Amino acid sequence: MSTHADTHAHDDDHGHHHKETFVTKYIFSQDHKMISKQYLITGTIMGVIGVLMSIMFRIQIAWPEEPNILFEALLGKWAPGGVMDADIYLALVTIHGTIMVFFLLTAGLSGTFSNLLIPLQIGARDMASGFLNMISYWLFFVSAIIMLISLFVEAGPAAAGWTIYPPLSALPMAQGGSGMGMTLWLVSMAIFIASSLLGSLNYIVTVINLRTKGMSMTRLPLTIWAFFVTAIIGVVSFPVLLSAALLLIMDRSFGTSFFLSDIFIQGEVLHYQGGSPVLFEHLFWFLGHPEVYIVILPAMGIVSEIMASNSRKPIFGYRAMIASILAIAFLSTIVWGHHMFISGMNPFLGSVFTFTTLLIAIPSAVKAFNWITTIWKGNIQMNTAMLFSIGFVSTFITGGLTGIILGDSALDINVHDTYFVIAHFHLVMGISALYGMFAGVYHWYPRMFGRMMNKNLGYIHFWVTAICAYGVFFPMHFIGMAGLPRRYYTNSNFPLFDDLANVNVVITVFAIIGAVFQLVFLYNFFGSMFFGKKAPQNPWRSTTLEWTAPVKHMHGNWPGEIPHVYRWAYDYSKPGHDVDFVPQNVPLKEGEEELQH
Amino acid sequence: MTAFLTIIIVFFVAVAIWQMVKIFDLAQVGVSNSQIATDHDNKMNAYMMLAFLAFIYIITIVCFVKWGDLPLMSNSASEHGPEIDNLMIISMVLIFIVQTITQYLLHYFAYKYRGEKGKKALFYADNNTLEAIWTIIPVIVLAGLIIYGLFTWNSIMNVNEDDDPLVIELYAQQFNWKARYGGNDNTLGKANVRLINLDNANILGLDESDPNAQDDIIVSELHLPVGRPVLFKMRSQDVLHSAYMPHFRAQMNCVPGMITQFGFTPTVTTAEMRQTPEMLKKVANINNIRKEKSKDLVAKGEAALDPYEFNYLLLCNKICGKSHYNMQMDIIVETQEEYDAWIKEQKEFKNSLIK
Repeated sequence: MSTHADTHAHDDDHGHHHKETFVTKYIFSQDHKMISKQYLITGTIMGVIGVLMSIMFRIQIAWPEEPNILFEALLGKWAPGGVMDADIYLALVTIHGTIMVFFLLTAGLSGTFSNLLIPLQIGARDMASGFLNMISYWLFFVSAIIMLISLFVEAGPAAAGWTIYPPLSALPMAQGGSGMGMTLWLVSMAIFIASSLLGSLNYIVTVINLRTKGMSMTRLPLTIWAFFVTAIIGVVSFPVLLSAALLLIMDRSFGTSFFLSDIFIQGEVLHYQGGSPVLFEHLFWFLGHPEVYIVILPAMGIVSEIMASNSRKPIFGYRAMIASILAIAFLSTIVWGHHMFISGMNPFLGSVFTFTTLLIAIPSAVKAFNWITTIWKGNIQMNTAMLFSIGFVSTFITGGLTGIILGDSALDINVHDTYFVIAHFHLVMGISALYGMFAGVYHWYPRMFGRMMNKNLGYIHFWVTAICAYGVFFPMHFIGMAGLPRRYYTNSNFPLFDDLANVNVVITVFAIIGAVFQLVFLYNFFGSMFFGKKAPQNPWRSTTLEWTAPVKHMHGNWPGEIPHVYRWAYDYSKPGHDVDFVPQNVPLKEGEEELQH
Repeated sequence: MTAFLTIIIVFFVAVAIWQMVKIFDLAQVGVSNSQIATDHDNKMNAYMMLAFLAFIYIITIVCFVKWGDLPLMSNSASEHGPEIDNLMIISMVLIFIVQTITQYLLHYFAYKYRGEKGKKALFYADNNTLEAIWTIIPVIVLAGLIIYGLFTWNSIMNVNEDDDPLVIELYAQQFNWKARYGGNDNTLGKANVRLINLDNANILGLDESDPNAQDDIIVSELHLPVGRPVLFKMRSQDVLHSAYMPHFRAQMNCVPGMITQFGFTPTVTTAEMRQTPEMLKKVANINNIRKEKSKDLVAKGEAALDPYEFNYLLLCNKICGKSHYNMQMDIIVETQEEYDAWIKEQKEFKNSLIK
């Protein structure tokens, strides 16, 4: 083994003598490791806000229109006498969706792990452009701040749903939140998209150009494949959302009619003519659908890596895994119409999108079976990261299977926009991606902060979260099939749904317990930075290159030469070796064959 | 208040567990404190995996038994309803089987192959036959589902104008529904929101000079004759709405600036539906719940809730603003004679205008 035995010796004499001030090291840093931490911590803070919002509206759904001290304290004028206002309910739903999808699971997940792992796992000193990388983070930061500022505007934040369909989002007279709140939402998203594009371009260029000697594309860990393909999807689809946002801004502020036509509201006819809201839906979902794969693919990559490492087995079907990532990426760009079966578009298009949508089940099934086969006959180390990875596969299957119903246009008619949809996408991309993110944090925490997280706190965090996730989202399928629409402030105007009220209470109780137990994670995460046990160089005995770099962070990642790569990333328990893992930088033994992959 | 107390209690439980972990940790000092899973951790979590598998099965069974009112919302009340319900049941059975098996494999393997010191994992990186099996099986199953689904979709969405459907306009606005019947000629008069004139009560913007519009009938409760195909033409005056009629397995968005459509044939009258055993049971259950709730309300000095009687509903199912949660209209399905009697009593457009 040619890992660096004594890391401390290299720290002082690695030959890089940058003058680092506090500002260049911690704030305007161009080092990918620091930027990844910045993404993680910003994303976590946004995530906490998003979860808190969901708890507030869940309480409203379970105990509608009951006064609550929490509302009075947090919502102020939006909860007169502690009773939540219907407008702010919609705003909470909207901002919760926006924050979770974009700020936590796109920037927080991709931003953190692409930045941390791409240079370290391919053997590069840093990203192709550290400067662009820094700009990318700070644009993200600015967009997050603008999104938070929008919570405090006079008429309320954006409240048209995270999909911001016009005309509701375009007309301030249709809804309080469609005034200044929506303007800030659009500005924030435009900046966010710029940030995401800069990040994605950087990831793509880095993976293509900066791989170390011997690191061919088919020796890359699956994490890198996932981040790479995610970045490509982002570059293809995010600009379309940007165009939709810009056209919407034109409609709102400059009197154009891209998405609006024939509108009579509050006693007057508006001048708009000839536009179509359906056009907006097309533009939105051309990003919106690939977006869910932008969220889930990095999680898949992380889970593949962690499952192999903790099962002490090669990932099963490495080539099939890459092929299915590519297939999913390709299909993800031609299925957006399944969000629009009943939007009024031509029913023939509905048939086409049903066809392409159900095809996605094939690569997804391949991945699920490959993960299951990976742990078969393994020597499974139940580290917290592994638990979250198994949890990921579980929720991905449960949530993914109901996609067969939603992707089928005929069935979608009756469950469209009900709680069934909420259950489906929260399990398959919300909870799953969150599990992927947790798994990544637990696994690479030693790499990021040089210390270990507490495993017992990790176990408690996982098991309570796992039970609560099912407790929250599984029953939602059934109230959805009973016809309960989503985004209703209260269901008490429909006696038809009175028998579902107790289900909503159960769901909310699970949600509150689950949310409170995330404090265990936060405590473990922030506490371990200072009090955690010092991490060894390769705590999980993994094969990938990031574990060959010294524990203490340094510019350029490796002292001296960058390690060369001689084998693929999954030589776990390979016959003919004494240890159950062979790092990628270990040359093949005489007569040893590299696996034909 | 209940909610607040719940939060407080959960919070204290969390603090307690937190403290216990601390103690557990401190007690372990000197043993092995590497924070990497030991054989003991592997074993404990492996058993938890089995328990969790049981939890998934139990929650599935409980949900199906308690709330799995399949097919959806008791019986469907439209001609194409059973087609959707059949497809739904087939999909559900398939999902149920795959879910049961894959979750078993995942959690059982996690239990069975838990790590132990000195054990070595099997080096097993590839098997093209296996990959082929789990590519081809989903392909075949999905091909079946896609074909069945597309036939169903086409038969639902194709409106046959030869059947002489009853043409009704569904008109959405923040936050209520209106319906417009074509009148004696069963033809809707031309309309555009630009023609709306609130002063003379032309609320839907009908073209007052169009002869077809004169006998149109505008109502705020939807009546449908049983057994006759209905073709809905949807219109919205302000923002997107969605006309959701769950009992008829029907839904279509209402889009400002364009007319969308959806057709179906109601098969069960409201009176018949109220008498079906499922519905009697459901309504009795709902009324029990409402009675319980009323007790609390009366104790607080508020009015008791009215007892519930079943009606078909049209709900708005696309976020449309503040009162989205209360945008509904009753649908009455009745015999042709009852329908004829009802429609005769409604005012024609030309007589409803304020001169």
